[in-house]
Formats: sequence, structure tokens, C-alpha cells
Amino acid sequence: MSDARLSVLKTYKLFVGGKFPRSESGRVYEVTDSKGKWLANAPLSSRKDARDAVVAARKATGGWAGATAYNRGQILYRIAEMLEGRRDQFIGEVADAEGLSKSKAAAQVDAAIDRWVWYAGWTDKIAQVVGGTNPVAGPFFNVSSPEPTGVVAVVAPQESSFLGLVSVIAPVIAGGNAVIVIASEASPLPALSLGEVLATSDLPGGVVNILSGRAAEIAPSLAAHQDVNAIDLAGADAELAKALEIAAADNLKRVLRPQPVDWSAAPGTDRLTAFLETKTVWHPTGSLGAGGSSY
Amino acid sequence: MPRHFHMKSIKSGHSPDRKGPPARGGDTRYARRYAHPVTMHPPPKFSSSGNEAAERLASMADVTASDGALRRFLHGLPGVDPVGLEARAAALGTRSIKTTAKAYAIDLAISMIDLTTLEGADTPGKVRALCAKALLPDPTDRDTPRTAAVCVYPDMVATAAAAVAGTDVKVASVATAFPAGRAALPVKLADTADAVAAGADEIDMVIDRGAFLAGRYLSVFEEIKAVKETCRRPDGTAARLKVIFETGELSTYDNIRRASWLGMLAGADFIKTSTGKVAVNATPANTLLMLEAVRDFRAATGVQVGVKPAGGIRTTKDALKFLVLVNETVGEEWLSNHWFRFGASSLLNDLLMQRQKLSTGRYSGPDYVTVD
Repeated sequence: MSDARLSVLKTYKLFVGGKFPRSESGRVYEVTDSKGKWLANAPLSSRKDARDAVVAARKATGGWAGATAYNRGQILYRIAEMLEGRRDQFIGEVADAEGLSKSKAAAQVDAAIDRWVWYAGWTDKIAQVVGGTNPVAGPFFNVSSPEPTGVVAVVAPQESSFLGLVSVIAPVIAGGNAVIVIASEASPLPALSLGEVLATSDLPGGVVNILSGRAAEIAPSLAAHQDVNAIDLAGADAELAKALEIAAADNLKRVLRPQPVDWSAAPGTDRLTAFLETKTVWHPTGSLGAGGSSY
Repeated sequence: MPRHFHMKSIKSGHSPDRKGPPARGGDTRYARRYAHPVTMHPPPKFSSSGNEAAERLASMADVTASDGALRRFLHGLPGVDPVGLEARAAALGTRSIKTTAKAYAIDLAISMIDLTTLEGADTPGKVRALCAKALLPDPTDRDTPRTAAVCVYPDMVATAAAAVAGTDVKVASVATAFPAGRAALPVKLADTADAVAAGADEIDMVIDRGAFLAGRYLSVFEEIKAVKETCRRPDGTAARLKVIFETGELSTYDNIRRASWLGMLAGADFIKTSTGKVAVNATPANTLLMLEAVRDFRAATGVQVGVKPAGGIRTTKDALKFLVLVNETVGEEWLSNHWFRFGASSLLNDLLMQRQKLSTGRYSGPDYVTVD
């Protein structure tokens, strides 16, 4: 009997504003494994999907940036917990997408889960590392603290479909930004499944928005979008990266240029600080008594 | 009964052969795609604001002669098919408006806005800021049309009138104990007279929903007539009267149709959906119903009445749907800000962002419009 059972195919959908819409355009494209065998259809996002994602991300920025760093860390840790529970699914998807053996794919997924935990720890520690009090010659307290940049568009790495993806999303949201990520064009399935994990991890809707499709089609409108504050070109090829950087110049977006990265190595805080702005506050120490500062 | 089916088209100002403003900047990518600038239309010869309208309405005097006659007339109006109405409103909402048509519609919508601030916290400064925005909605693009009017509370009329003096932007004022309308008639009339004396060009009155729902139609009718009379200025001109039904409180579509006829019979120059202060405001369906009412009213009496949906219209997409409703229901003669208005505040920013998108090719953001 079990031979006669029809397997249930999964409909992969976008993750925008905490919901799972199809592409507004109704288009899909075929996703194959590394040997060319059909795996599933993925939504082929349009510029309008990108625009909707920006609206969703903008709506989410206030609440997410305003949440305490501790709370953001707890939610990022929760994502790692949820991923752990669906480890096998992701191992299967990564193995198919990247043509890896089960054990190598497992190593990738484990590293990705560990990366969430690593960035979860950073949320309430980064301010101590890159912020602090500054010595000034005057009766002022002078305090610098890192603040999120806002809405960040990310072109995810093309080769490393899951570890690379997590390595670019996690630092952006750990810093309090909202993100619109364009998944790897050839292997978007792990990214689209990650949306299902994020939706069940107490992450407010709109903080992470995942689009699949052609980066060359979607990314230019995000790069030119006046309501996007920064763009990470990690997965853009040289030609696309140049075009995107030109488009991004119009509203002075922060741009993180593509660079060769070993995603399995310890990441450091560079990607965190790339999307943080330093806010410096001068605060008078108060009335100066006869003996000098009252403090 | 005089009929005016062959009136001269009221619409003017954008003949097809007219060229748009020249492209600026030299870079054709950023060339404006606006074919025709939308300007304030001159008031048509055929206007419902003067005494002429009152004379035409005299032909309907028999139905408003007594409470019983008015009730028989209003309850004799054909019943509304709610499913059909909503289906038609939804179907007309699916039209795709693109490129030059969209550019034209956006400019038209901007020119139809009654830019509104009706808050307890309104200050003279805020009203002046609103007026500045009505006069120059997008400081980065002076081709942007002005809004039709600013809409404020009566005590802010003088401030607003001073701020828009000498321009074609009108000052509209809510009156008659807006938004609830729960006050004695002399208070409502004093409220109205105050606003007119302070320089209001248009009065937005609320009907007494309590009386309407209790079936006292004639008292609602007499109240609208009294307010209309109060809209007259000493020099013989009159402020245009918009009558707000608060459709969200009228319970049924049949009631909206009855209220529309009641308001028009009493001399409304505009019928308006809502105050914007209740849960359900302007919807495509209730606006479609009111558009049908003004169409039928003109067919019956020859008097043209404007329509103003208000409240809850926030996006360009919504605004374009309403314009489609107007065009498909009453036609081009209503497609000007003399006959159709949007009561809105945040809608303007969305229209401006869409306008910037069309002219630059880049999606705009809320950082590039003024926040009221």
C-alpha cells in the first residue's frame, strides 16, 4: 500500500511581513539540484514584491530597533532552537542544493545554527565594544552608542545557500535593522524554508523578508529605493555590484561591497558594525560648583 | 421638468494635443512622464451653488411638502442590491491604470484632495503648515498641482483663510457640532455662520443621524435647509454646502440612498460619506451608491451635485479605484475638483511618493515628503 502513496509536494513561498505570499507576479522558476534534477518551483519575485518587502521592513524597524538588545538576543537564540528542531530538513535541502554529502551538509547546518547563537550573544555586547564614553575637554559627558541603520537590502551569497545566508542575515538583524534578502538564485530553497523557522521564533513580522528570484531583476530597484538605508552586495557579481553601487549612491546608502569570504571561519564583528551608525551625545555635567564639577 | 442631458462638457484644461511640460535635466531617464498638467478647473456655468439650484429644486417641492410625503418618497426609492453593489464596486477596483493614465490620475487625485486636519490638538501653526502643503505639496517639484482645499474646524478658518489668501485653494470648514452633530439647531447655525463669516468657502455639515434613524426625515431636511440658508453671505454669494451622512452609522445601503436623496433635495452642493471619526468610513461600495444617487438626481431634476468620500482612503491605489468609480458611474463631467473631492490627509503623501516614482523611476520613501 505504501508504494501507492503520492508524496505531497511542498509549495515554496516568499516570506514578507511575517506572511508567506506567492510572488505578486504569479511567476515561478524551476529549482534543480547540483546535477540538474528538478527539486521544486520557487517564486520568481518581481520589483513589486521588493517594494512590498520594503514597506513591510520599514514598518518593522521601529519595534525591532526599539526592543531591548537583550530581547533581540533571546529571539535570535530562539531561532537557533527552532532550527535545531528542523535540522534534518535543512541538511537534506543543503545537500541537494550544494551537491554535498549528508555529513558535509550537516556540518554546514550545524555551523549555521551556531552562527545564530554567536550573533544572539552579540546583541547586548556590541554597544560596549564599539560604543562607550569619550574623554572630552569640557564639562560634558560624551557618550557614543551604536544605532541600527534601518532597512537593509542584502544580496545573499550565491554558493553557500544556507551558512552564507545566515551569515549575512543574522548580523544585520542582531544590530536592530530590518532586512530584505534576495536568496541565492540557483539554490533558494533553504532560504525559503528558513522563513518558516523565523515565522515561529517570536521574530516580529517584517524584520526579515526573504525573496527568491533573479538578483539582477530585483536588486536594482532595491538599490535605487529611497527608503532603503543600506545594501549588502555579498552575492552580487562584479558587474551587478557596480551597477547597484551606482544606483545606491543616489540617497547615500551604506554599501557593503562583495568580498571573498570563508563562511565557515569565525566571522568577527565586521558585518555587525557595517550596519550600525554611531550616535554621540554631549550631555552637560550640570552646574559647576566652586570646587569644579559637581560630579 | 427641465432636463440637461446635453450640457457642455465641464471638463477642460487638457486637450489631447497639448504638450506636457518640457523634460528637465537633460537626462531622458528622468524626463517627466506627465502628459497633461492638471489645473484647477474654472467653475462651470452650470453650478448648483446659486439660487438657480433652489429654483430647480422647487420642481420637487411636492415630495418635501410634509413629513408623510417625504417618507413615502424616500421609502419609495428602489431598494439597493447589496451583493450587486459590492460586486460592481469590487469589479471596477480591478482596473489596471498605468503609465501616462496613472500620471494623469495621480495629478487629478492630488487636485481633488481636501487636505484635512480635524484634531483637538490643532494649533494655528499646524494649520498654517497644512496650508503651505496644500499650496506646494511637493517642494522638490513645482509642477505638482495644488490640493482643492484645506479642511479645518471653524475656529481655525481665519488662520487657514489668511494662509491661502489670493490662491485658488479653498477653505472648507466642518460645522454643525461636527462630528457627532448632537447640538441644538441654533448652536449648529451659529457654528456655521461663524465659519462663513471667518471666510470659509465651503461648509461640511453633519446630518442629525439620530433623527434620520428615528425616521424624522423632515426635521433632517429642514435642518439642512436652515444650514444652507446660513451659508449665504451678505453679498449674495454662498459657501458651498457639503452634507456628511456618516454612512458608517446608517446601517444599510437603503438608508445611504435615502440620505443621499434627502440631502440633495434639501440643497446639498456635495454629499459626503463620513466624518473620518468612526470605524467604517468611505468604502468603494458606499461611494458608488452615492455616485449613482447624484447621477439619478441630475437626471430627475437637472441639478448636479458633487460627491466627497472621506476617511480611510490612504493609498494611491485606493484613490485611483475611486476615480474609476466616478468615471464609470457619472462620467467625465464629475472628474474635476468642482464635483469630486477626497477628504484625506495621509493620502497626499502616498500620491506624492507615487508621483516621484513615476518621474524619477526610483521608489520614494516617507523621508522625502513632509510629515504632517
